[in-house]
Amino acid sequence: MTSLTVIFTGLLYFATIVLIAGIAYRIYEYSRTPAPLVIPTTPAPTSTSGVVLRMASEVVLFESLFKSNKWIWVFGWLFHVGLALVLLRHVRYFQEPVWFWVEFIQPFGKYASFMMLAGLAGLWARRFLVDRVRYISTPSDHLMLALLIAIGLSGATMTFVSHTDIVALKAFALGLLTFDLHPIPEDPALLIHLGLVAVLMIIFPVSKLLHAPGIFFSPTRNQKDDPRMTRHIAPWAAAMERDKG
Amino acid sequence: MAVAEFEVPKLTEYTVVPKINAGAMAGIKSFIAPQGPQEYLGYPWELGADWKERAIDKMGDLLGKYRSLRVFMDACVHCGACTDKCHYFLGTADPNNMPVARQDLMRKVYRRYFTLPGKIAPWLVGAEDLTEDTLNQWYTYYHQCSECRRCSVYCPYGIDTAEVTMAGREILNHVGMGQKYSNEILVKVQKIGNNLGLPGPALEDTLLGLEEDIEADTGVPVKMPLDVEGAEIMLVTPSADFFSEPHVESLIGYAKVFHAAGVSWTLSSKASEAGNFGLFNGNYETMQKIAMRIRDAALELGCKRIIVGECGHAWRVAYSFWNTLTGIGYGGEDPFSKKLQQQLDNRYPQPMHICEYTWDLIQNGVLKFDKSLNDDRVITFHDSCNVARGSRMGNEPGGQFTIPRNIIQAVANNFRDMPSDTIGEGTFCCGGGGGLLTDDLIEVRVKGALPRMNAYNSVVQGEGVNFLALICAICKAQFTKVLPYYGFDRGQVGGVHQLVSTAIKLD
Repeated sequence: MTSLTVIFTGLLYFATIVLIAGIAYRIYEYSRTPAPLVIPTTPAPTSTSGVVLRMASEVVLFESLFKSNKWIWVFGWLFHVGLALVLLRHVRYFQEPVWFWVEFIQPFGKYASFMMLAGLAGLWARRFLVDRVRYISTPSDHLMLALLIAIGLSGATMTFVSHTDIVALKAFALGLLTFDLHPIPEDPALLIHLGLVAVLMIIFPVSKLLHAPGIFFSPTRNQKDDPRMTRHIAPWAAAMERDKG
Repeated sequence: MAVAEFEVPKLTEYTVVPKINAGAMAGIKSFIAPQGPQEYLGYPWELGADWKERAIDKMGDLLGKYRSLRVFMDACVHCGACTDKCHYFLGTADPNNMPVARQDLMRKVYRRYFTLPGKIAPWLVGAEDLTEDTLNQWYTYYHQCSECRRCSVYCPYGIDTAEVTMAGREILNHVGMGQKYSNEILVKVQKIGNNLGLPGPALEDTLLGLEEDIEADTGVPVKMPLDVEGAEIMLVTPSADFFSEPHVESLIGYAKVFHAAGVSWTLSSKASEAGNFGLFNGNYETMQKIAMRIRDAALELGCKRIIVGECGHAWRVAYSFWNTLTGIGYGGEDPFSKKLQQQLDNRYPQPMHICEYTWDLIQNGVLKFDKSLNDDRVITFHDSCNVARGSRMGNEPGGQFTIPRNIIQAVANNFRDMPSDTIGEGTFCCGGGGGLLTDDLIEVRVKGALPRMNAYNSVVQGEGVNFLALICAICKAQFTKVLPYYGFDRGQVGGVHQLVSTAIKLD
């Protein structure tokens, strides 16, 4: 076993643990923080099924962003849908045999990397070209885009320019799942790609990437508009009332 | 024409997004609350030696109590969707009035003290130490936000800057930097019973005077009962309705509607204020204390229905929060809630907006109008932010937009809407809400009104509109003051029930 294999195995395990534990902790934290008042942005749905629809349309179609700004919507949606297709395509590295739909999605996922990169490029351009967005951008905003673009470029390079040893890579990936180490192909593009993905996974739970779990907990979007029919009271507020008698 | 000590923005056909002008409004600071109100409200009145510790502690406390704040601090990706949505940014060009930048004033401190990257690499993520400069920035810019929630409509994660502003003001209060205007009102409403500090006997006199005026005007003895035990309906309305113009015209309208419906109703000297400035400061307990007066009055008078007059933030608090804070509403299983529920008439929603009430009567054919009496008016309707984005009327989402318009069209012949992106859920704030309705913030108020004034001007020019109808006491006061700066007559502002009052047939 090469030291490179050991290093990358360790790095990827570590990143996975940080990602899963970190997000789980955030979800725990968000869910146990009460929302003491009913504050959906109205007009809001009055039923639970309505809230599910509203949330789905936010998560899948970015409805509020569409209302807000068509440029950000186009770039943001291209990036996220591209990323989703690319990620789904990657499922094939972790299974044998490969499911039908994963097989089916391969060509789409392949070209989706361009969608993803185009979206990212557009979002980054806005950080330079629009004075308001330039004003609010921090170094981490730029670095996040740089990181995602580097991941996309290194991945696309292996798909479209110089193929990596896909059989060896799959053996390595399956080995990670079964705790049966296989050597990692020593291809620079692959090592850069995996290294940066590990970085992304590690910073996920402490960065703005928390918008992904966050939106599901956003009270202005996930609450029902029914305050006249339901008495909504947070545990700390109820305790305060009991103390007062 | 009012004389301005600053440049009043020029009206344009559409509101143009300005190039940013950093620091344009940095010098604006409303008066800080003195010892009196701060002490009464349980806050310090000057920065103590431990101010920093208290500020961070309070922030931690709020982060643990409010999921909104907790999630909103983390979720922003700086996409920029909100940057051109705030009327104060559009009117002032100060980048700190972009919703994201306003939030970042707090977020930079949150990151520094509550997140790992902010602790180890503050420069990377825009984290900063909390300093007195930060506090002053907070004070300046958290009092250039009217908590109108327009940004929350357009944020892909629903981040509501109002929640951040409320938290910011609460922390400022806890270090001794309260705002004089809001905090003095919070004292008046608790000591005297209403925001204007109008004592019971004065209220009684005012109502008697109004009864005489109406009878002289119409020949019909329309009453304005006060503290009548056993009345079916208790009306809770903003105290401005009792003696401010044009507010009082709507109060006369409510009284005429009740008279025509033939119901027994009453005002309460104890609950002589629907407004609740506790909302603006984001203090749950203060808001609850103030709301509790309404419950107590309802129990004392034994009324069956609670109806709320024309007031934007009051309606948000009443509709969205009263059930939580005071058990006015349904669904509570606890003895506290049940006590009031047993008294209230469960055939009706509680509380009910005066527009819901009037519209129901119109639909049932109870009210008769001579619409031609409003023919000298070409009317448009301004959706008030708290009604539009923080509440509802009727059974369907969006009833808060249709019901007031339906009423106007039932009592008047000439109605024109302003451009569609400036009304409904995207409505522009009047510029004076959220605790900014004070003369020391007049520059903020005038400039913040620009997007609404542009929209109003477009229907004035294009459609001959000459009447701006409202259902909010703060909007009425703000527009009455600000319209002249833009060359309009202040008499163009009035309530929806003022229009009802003009056209209603009494017998």
